[in-house]
Amino acid sequence: MGQVIMALLCGALFGGGLTVSGMINPAKIVSFLDIAGDWDPSLILVMAGAVGITAIGYRLTFGRAQPIFSDRFSLPTAADIDARLLTGAAIFGIGWGLGGYCPGPALAGLFQGAPETLTFLATMCVGLVAGRLATEATT
Amino acid sequence: MTTAFTPIPALIGGALIGLAAVLLMLFNGRVAGISGITGQLLKWPPAADWPWRLAFVAGLVAAPLAVVQRAPDMAELGFVAGLPVMALAGFLVGFGSSFGSGCTSGHGVCGIARLSKRSILATVVFMTAGLLTVFVVRHVIGAGD
Repeated sequence: MGQVIMALLCGALFGGGLTVSGMINPAKIVSFLDIAGDWDPSLILVMAGAVGITAIGYRLTFGRAQPIFSDRFSLPTAADIDARLLTGAAIFGIGWGLGGYCPGPALAGLFQGAPETLTFLATMCVGLVAGRLATEATT
Repeated sequence: MTTAFTPIPALIGGALIGLAAVLLMLFNGRVAGISGITGQLLKWPPAADWPWRLAFVAGLVAAPLAVVQRAPDMAELGFVAGLPVMALAGFLVGFGSSFGSGCTSGHGVCGIARLSKRSILATVVFMTAGLLTVFVVRHVIGAGD
């Protein structure tokens, strides 16, 4: 139960952060990616703030033997650079540039109910499933 | 469509995202990667640990509405593409983040914060792909203005 309540709180903080930072506006993402146009560097500071706090907090957290509500830290085990990582990241980046949404902001923007958001979320879910099936087929 | 540089809200929002990532690791021992959290809900039978995943998504979906009700100007919303392109973009984002084991949050925030070589490289690759895509769409094809 503790895990579920904590996850709800973290999801809310995450969504609140995306909203405050303006990242739920796809135009702002594309303006960041448009370095040859009217560039809006806001996203760099969002990343800097998020990575900075996370790096410090993780250091303190990993000093513990285990999480508070769980018996172990679940961290990715893969360490090698493989074609799947690079291909996936490139495909993700193209979609990100085309739509100005990544998964977090698209979910956080759901309440606005725009047809563009709903369409993106629907095909994103299909893509998530397709990506998992493709992963299972290639490993 | 141009947007203004908003450094202070960007830093504050980023810090909130970081706080969420830290608390999820400290309490639940989990990486705050949105594509991973969501993707594991989209299978049958769902992942055994679906309750916390669903709770996270519920918070992520609900909180923005609460924020915007207090600060309506944060609801600013602009699209650079129509429905067919948004449909393609959604599929590519879903497929790519699943196939590449992460998105902006899992690789770009949590992975970089723990200095994962894979995440740093993935972030460089998706940033570059995003920059090139926008360059081609806006300045080569000349669409989206």
